[in-house]
Amino acid sequence: MTVSGGVGGAPPPASLSAAAPARAAAAPTTKARTPGWLVKRILYVAALFGATLIFVFPFVWLVSASLKTRQTVFNNELFPFPLHFENYVRIFEVVPLSNWFINSTIISILAATTVTISSALVAFGFAYFRFPGRNILFWLVLASMMLPGAVMMIPNFLIWNALGQVNSPTFAPLWAGNLFGSAFYIFLLRQFFLGLPRELFEAARVDGASYPRMFWSIALPLTRAALIVVFIFELRAAWTDLLRPLIFLRDLTLFTLPQGLQYLVKTYNPQVGGQGEFHLVMAASVLITLPMILVFFLAQRYFIEGIATTGSKG
Amino acid sequence: MPEQTRWAFIFLLPWIIGFVIFTAGPMLASLYLSFTDYNVIRAPELVGFDNYEQLMRDRRIPMSLGNTFFYALLHVPLLIIISLALASLLLRVGRAAGVFRTAFYLPNVTPAVAIGTLFLLLLAGGGLLNRMLDAVGINGPNWLTDPTWVKPGIVIMSLWTLGSTVIILFAAMRNVPIELYEAATIDGAGNWKQFRHITLPFISGAIFFTLIVNTIAALQIFSEVFTMFFTSRSGPAQDSALFYTIYLFQKAFQDLDLGYASAMAWVLFVIILVITAFQVWGSRRFVYYAGDDK
Repeated sequence: MTVSGGVGGAPPPASLSAAAPARAAAAPTTKARTPGWLVKRILYVAALFGATLIFVFPFVWLVSASLKTRQTVFNNELFPFPLHFENYVRIFEVVPLSNWFINSTIISILAATTVTISSALVAFGFAYFRFPGRNILFWLVLASMMLPGAVMMIPNFLIWNALGQVNSPTFAPLWAGNLFGSAFYIFLLRQFFLGLPRELFEAARVDGASYPRMFWSIALPLTRAALIVVFIFELRAAWTDLLRPLIFLRDLTLFTLPQGLQYLVKTYNPQVGGQGEFHLVMAASVLITLPMILVFFLAQRYFIEGIATTGSKG
Repeated sequence: MPEQTRWAFIFLLPWIIGFVIFTAGPMLASLYLSFTDYNVIRAPELVGFDNYEQLMRDRRIPMSLGNTFFYALLHVPLLIIISLALASLLLRVGRAAGVFRTAFYLPNVTPAVAIGTLFLLLLAGGGLLNRMLDAVGINGPNWLTDPTWVKPGIVIMSLWTLGSTVIILFAAMRNVPIELYEAATIDGAGNWKQFRHITLPFISGAIFFTLIVNTIAALQIFSEVFTMFFTSRSGPAQDSALFYTIYLFQKAFQDLDLGYASAMAWVLFVIILVITAFQVWGSRRFVYYAGDDK
């Protein structure tokens, strides 16, 4: 990991800026006129289409299985008939799925909101100010990204346990830690703050703006896209997390969706000795996946550009 | 204290507090706990190196480490090679790349638990994968119960979520200057030569990034496998699917052997540190930086 230069000296982030240069397919255009170009191009598209099928087909399979019966769920038929939509009603009757939905929604939104605000504050601190020890502290941020969660997991459990927050309806262990920022997001946002022209801030200083005001009125509005990236990344992370709910939540009504789905597999998967209602497990899988797919399609651009930017900062 | 410094620390305060309470403190605490016998109910009791000695005799330690390395060594190279291939294809189809890129990324927003349950269906003895293998005349194994094939099955599942790696590598490939390809074409270099001598060196930084990140992640694989194989304490093929973090979780939160689990956590930490250091050291020879710090 290289730590890039001084304040304002770093190159502006390659993507996420409004005018990202359209350089896609740069290489092939040079060969566009050679004979056989069209044939090649058709072959490439066909290959990509095949790959797309592999990536998308399991979703179709999942939905199809969720509309089958207990007897037919493992039968590998793509188009079941009749369609058993009642599975989606049944699943709400056999487990407190609506509770799980509410819990997951509350936790994900709290986690994403807190981490976005706190990480932005810290990132601005690293990007704008010059102070002794800055490089060492920033190196610590980078280093803490590499730490395996397992090394902190047990003492973290003990902390929340001592605070009486294990199995608590506040869900504090699943989001309150985000009040203190998260290394990866601090790193990402700092890059974006560094990309802002320093003159903007100097001008505001001359006009007598305070540092919090500069952060709030200049830095945040200009990095809106990056803040959305952080928000949706954490939303996804909190929505899909299994390990921490397993550690911190015990009551069935306090479960999150992934934890509830894991419980359903335990109860209903015949292959591990459950009661064999695997079609209900499949219906639940669809329901827990669907909200993330919706968020993805709404915020697609931010997901993709966010991921792409991550790599270019490596 | 100068005003700038004072304000800097006000902005940094959340992270400093968080780092002490939730990162540095817990690291030291788990190091301490690794030298104790502790089960939450009674106070921790210092036992010296007992946990580490026990670790050496526990046959599940080499078993779970072996499983984890086996998985990582298969998963990471396949992930990067297939992602490179897909990214190169994307680069050649112009604007259509956007649609395909979206499709590739879709599995990445699927919760790991849902991926696990879905693949319980796809990898089952008579499941979709074996039906497809049947079609080409291969008699597929039971990926969920046959100890030899459990891990390859998990690798297949893990490759379903390679979309984010494709996006990172594709973004890097788009930044390669067109002029280099033009010059190479004039010199008569073919596709493979251009890929080998222009694309690869240019995106070596991004490849290195995906290598490190995915290795660290692979060594900590948990959710999908836990859902598929460990909803009960015993099951077919559990020995073969017992990854290190799963065993650690069992020791810590099912057996409440927190001292032993802390020792396990520190062993994992040291392993990851050594492997990452080794990769960073190795990268000095392979990663090419094009003048700037990107």
